[in-house]
Amino acid sequence: MAFLNFLFQPKNELETGGRSAAPAAAPDDPLKTCPNCHMDTPVSILRENSYTCTCGYHFRIRARTRIGLITDPDSFTELFTETASDDPISFPGYSEKLSSARSRSQESEAVVCGTATIGGHRCCLFVMEPNFMMGSMGTAVGERITKLFEYALENALPVIGFTVSGGARMQEGLFSLMQMAKTSGAVRRHSDAGLLYVALLTNPTTGGVTASFAMEADIILAEPGATVGFAGARVIEQTTLRPLPKGFQTSEFLLQHGFADAIVARPEQKNVLISLLGMHEGSDAK
Amino acid sequence: MILGAYETVKTARSGQRPTGADYVRNTISGFFELHGDRRFRDDPAILGGVGYLKDLPVTVIAIDKGHTAKERIARNFGAPNPEGYRKALRLMKQAEKFHRPVLCYVDTSGAYCGIGAEERGQGQAIAENLMEMMALKTPVISVLIGEGGSGGALALGVADRVWMMENAVYSVISPEGCASILWKDASRAPQAAEQLQLTASCCLKNGIVESVVPEDGLGSPDFYGRLTDALYDEFVSLRTLSATELTHRRYERFRAMGRRRD
Repeated sequence: MAFLNFLFQPKNELETGGRSAAPAAAPDDPLKTCPNCHMDTPVSILRENSYTCTCGYHFRIRARTRIGLITDPDSFTELFTETASDDPISFPGYSEKLSSARSRSQESEAVVCGTATIGGHRCCLFVMEPNFMMGSMGTAVGERITKLFEYALENALPVIGFTVSGGARMQEGLFSLMQMAKTSGAVRRHSDAGLLYVALLTNPTTGGVTASFAMEADIILAEPGATVGFAGARVIEQTTLRPLPKGFQTSEFLLQHGFADAIVARPEQKNVLISLLGMHEGSDAK
Repeated sequence: MILGAYETVKTARSGQRPTGADYVRNTISGFFELHGDRRFRDDPAILGGVGYLKDLPVTVIAIDKGHTAKERIARNFGAPNPEGYRKALRLMKQAEKFHRPVLCYVDTSGAYCGIGAEERGQGQAIAENLMEMMALKTPVISVLIGEGGSGGALALGVADRVWMMENAVYSVISPEGCASILWKDASRAPQAAEQLQLTASCCLKNGIVESVVPEDGLGSPDFYGRLTDALYDEFVSLRTLSATELTHRRYERFRAMGRRRD
């Protein structure tokens, strides 16, 4: 019934409550509804605004999209693409889950790593992928992140990391848990060489990723309204039998309690990173 | 006797087993408790202090669940808050300063899930311990004596040697949690327990721990005597390594877990 849509289109600004009406959906420019304010916006406009709504809502985006927003054009070189998960404890259904995650996300694992320039500053970059088992950390994610910090240490480069994760990947059992220690060790070595690590926490960052490399950066930035925490909100409610305070485990909560340096909206992120990278250039111990 | 994985989980959780405080009392002489994280408060779930392992001064840190209902409540059922992990880290850094080895007894269902725990940065506290323990310039041995509940246990488990009691368990998630997330059915916990490979023998086979401690005469003077001797010998041999060699090997210990060539 899409052809009848024109009947319901507002005829002037007053019909839309005085706001300027969103343009009609063109066939090659579909509308996307904001889950926060319910306004429809053409994808082309969203793209211009780094996939944020005028109400401030940040749409969930793929790792590749984020890399496009942050890095200089054609500067990204991907690393460690061959590092993929196997099924270390032969967990029932896991192999199938991995293959459906691969086809759904078009990624080989839940993190994309590589080198890039951001405003001309060379750096290592990791971006987690929400469409791959909600960015959960198994051995491949742990291994790629560890290798990236080792590569950055060898080449005296800063690391910029975007986290999105439901936590450790339980289908890999303790091997997943051990990635927390392994990545922490690699972050520590990189840090000891006087090199910069900036983490940007996006919605959601929880569990074993929060309790390891997400919280180990020199500078911790967070996207507005992101859920960031260790334990799941429902588990806390069940444990404490108390209602959770408003805004619990959001970026704003993190900032208020002293666990994030700043909240940075997506359209500002590139400029903030350029300025931070610039200030730390040549700061390594070598 | 070989128990099913879920039977082992229940054994590991049993209130009848020796707690962290029992291990400290029976393996460390002249123990002097040191309290507080110097930042917020003292967390009673984690017991820490100094004492002698035979003739060797050590820093000992133990998660204690308590035996009686009253003790268990006072100890928050062995579920540490961020200040507990920060106290542990403070004592580890102190041990490093005085070249004392660090001995950890780990027994927790997990780091506490609470509003205050999140407000005070539970994730950050664990993360900092992982990073700092990885670089600690003094030998660390962690012994899992009951439950090794995920990140809350690992926060005291980044060690040169990790040992496990025969009936202890170590897992990324509780079998109940795993079953309810995967199959929306917590009653399938026994099946999850089998799949998660959380028993001491699985952990040994998977290279997660170096040694499984037999539980013959668990809690008896003989049992503690054997454990004390074994810990002592291990610390003596770890102390022959330089700080650089020690931290290098500790890094490689964890680096090998899930390593891939690319």
